[in-house]
Amino acid sequence: MGDCKMEKVKEKEVAAAPKKKKEVLSGADILIRALLAEDVEYVFGYPGGVVIPIFDKLYSAPRPKVVLTRHEQGAQHMADGYARSSGKVGVCLVTSGPGATNLVTGIATSFMDSVPVVCLTGQVATAVIGNDAFQEVDITGITRPITKHNYLVRDTADLARTIKEAFYIAGTGRPGPVLVDLPKDVLISQVEFDYPDKVDIPGYKPTGEGHIQQIKKVAEVMAAARRPVFYVGGGCITANAAGELTDLARTAKIPVTTTLLGLGAFPENDPLSLGMLGMHGTWYANMAVNECDLLIAVGARFDDRVTGKLDDFAPKAEVIHLDVDPASISKNIKVDYPVVGDCRKILQRLSPLAREADTADWLKLIGHWKQTHPLKYQKSDRIKPQYVCEAIRKVCGEKAIITTDVGQHQMWAALHCGFFGPRTMITSGGLGTMGYGFPAALGAALANPDKKVVAVVGDGGLQMNMQEFATAVGQRLNVIVALFNNGFLGMVRQWQELFFGKRYSHTCLEYTNPDFVKLVEAFGAVGLRVDRHDEVVPVLEKAMSIKNLPVMIDFHIDRHENVFPMIPPGQMATDIIE
Amino acid sequence: MRHTISLLVENKFGVYSRIAGLFSGKGFNMDSICVGETDNPDYSRMTIVTTGDDMVIEQIIKQLRKIIDVIKVTDLTHEDHVNREMALIKLNCTSTTRNSIVQIVDIFRAKIVDISPKTLTVEVTGSDKKVQAIVNMLQPFGIREIARTGTVALKREYSGKSPDWSSGEKRAFV
Ligand SMILES: Cc1ncc(C[n+]2csc(CCOP(=O)(O)OP(=O)(O)O)c2C)c(N)n1
Repeated sequence: MGDCKMEKVKEKEVAAAPKKKKEVLSGADILIRALLAEDVEYVFGYPGGVVIPIFDKLYSAPRPKVVLTRHEQGAQHMADGYARSSGKVGVCLVTSGPGATNLVTGIATSFMDSVPVVCLTGQVATAVIGNDAFQEVDITGITRPITKHNYLVRDTADLARTIKEAFYIAGTGRPGPVLVDLPKDVLISQVEFDYPDKVDIPGYKPTGEGHIQQIKKVAEVMAAARRPVFYVGGGCITANAAGELTDLARTAKIPVTTTLLGLGAFPENDPLSLGMLGMHGTWYANMAVNECDLLIAVGARFDDRVTGKLDDFAPKAEVIHLDVDPASISKNIKVDYPVVGDCRKILQRLSPLAREADTADWLKLIGHWKQTHPLKYQKSDRIKPQYVCEAIRKVCGEKAIITTDVGQHQMWAALHCGFFGPRTMITSGGLGTMGYGFPAALGAALANPDKKVVAVVGDGGLQMNMQEFATAVGQRLNVIVALFNNGFLGMVRQWQELFFGKRYSHTCLEYTNPDFVKLVEAFGAVGLRVDRHDEVVPVLEKAMSIKNLPVMIDFHIDRHENVFPMIPPGQMATDIIE
Repeated sequence: MRHTISLLVENKFGVYSRIAGLFSGKGFNMDSICVGETDNPDYSRMTIVTTGDDMVIEQIIKQLRKIIDVIKVTDLTHEDHVNREMALIKLNCTSTTRNSIVQIVDIFRAKIVDISPKTLTVEVTGSDKKVQAIVNMLQPFGIREIARTGTVALKREYSGKSPDWSSGEKRAFV
């Protein structure tokens, strides 16, 4: 009671007091205040003409910290790796024109894999937009199909609200990159700073927690199934629903297969785990999907690398699909029981309704498949890439975050590292962007100072963003770069071997590759070379012991090794080559 | 099947290209698109006519809803709605053909809005079928130029009793 009165008195006082005057700030200052309000720790950036006013303010601001990259593509991939490994929104800041266009591949990478990133680009002054001014490019036009949303801010008075909306849109619903284009004069003009605490976008209401009647129906269908399978995608991890999914699968006794982006959503040492499915998935995961009577998709989008020939995908199954994006449902495959909403909230409401399914026979059959068709590779004195993957996990530990580039090594990592927790596998799935793995590892390392980060890369892809070794050394990030050096653009070479009569057109890098050890040493990083099988573990151990510097290990792997299993493109699960 | 989709969108810079870009980027058909401000200048109404099977139309509607600047999407196809298109048709006309053309224009309740010794310009309003019908009828005279607005459409409202077919509405169904 007393307190109540006090409050009232206070309220009156406040009402009586003159309104606090708002500060008048420049656009650049407002931007930095907004980033602080959004709790941004790092900005991955690269300066240039029109964004000097922002960098000037960042020079004296204790936060956000700026990570100066060596290429804008590196900045976007780092912000992406930061976001995927932490769940927070990543931020990058670049100049107009070429700075902005250098982001494009990275933005598309984030877009395809639903990664929340806010990309801030400078723009020429509003008065000269459209005049082909120096370093002018229509970046909102260019990025329209590869962003969740984008803005061109035309008035400093709109800046604070726009930044607030950008973070909100990037991080909620199905996340994605949002680009904000900032003309030079907008950064310089001054207005009263007022950061809104709420957003109100009439056309954007991210969907809720799933329809309860539909969830009840799903629980019934799950309990009645005899051969159910969970098919889990990156959306499950994005929604922070891995724990809920794991509990539900264990209670209901339903086996789980994940996509490339779903790796880590379910611990692979659990007997219910089937590993990855799809083109390079395990035999038993693909066979389980082929034979199942109920497919329960959680935050997955029936991508063609997963389904192969659509008509033959899960041919005997009814399909349940939980997803935050209504447009993902029934896009490629007809869904029988859709539930739209946040996967975590849906699973939380589904769990108490779920019962143990009668899957004993099904699990027995799957156990038999696992024994008769295990993942395998030939042991050899030469370094087998699969063995390196196993060794990385053994030496670096279950919690280590693994990022990959794109190619054979990516698939070996996906199949042979083993993933036991969410956000431990960071890889470009949808776009398949070579050059992603190394800078993404730097972003992940900054977001997770307490965790080991290992970038598994190929000799082709590493050369696409090598320059970021300078960034890694500058930030004293002790990531391990495990280079799977086969002197080939291996994945393309594999296709040429299997489908193009061994005509290895322009895929041999052997004679023109640099000496990677010398190269990283020139950057100030540590370079180690491994040629023998028995050196693999000791070298990894040595790399683990090095502090405050990036270490690159040049593994000279068996050059002609291929990735298996493989379902040839456009074919069905039963056409799998082991 | 042909669908008429009505959108309420934010009246902002770039919204039109977001929507047009969605159609071209995803390979959806767009037969026509028509935009104009509503009574509230913050919003515009767009009418899109598109063709596709059920799965494609479902995708189009879902994808449109995903665009942040799109506030509301309604498929009018299976609802009772009014749709209109306007066309200006400039065609060859000599003293010998003038009477026949005027007759056709009358039948369609169209208007002649410009005349020169060798041409006539006809203005016609109606459903896209009606517009197509008059175009077909005028074709033999030699159409020089044609400008069509594309369809605009709104859902019909009932007062609770039988529909109120005003004479104007009936005329438009010719
Ligand atoms: C930017 C980009 N360019 C081209 C490709 C096509 N591509 C996919 S895998 C691959 C070969 C990758 O070679 P490498 O990095 O050496 O890895 P490996 O397959 O040998 O493990 C290529 C060229 C791609 N995914 N990304």
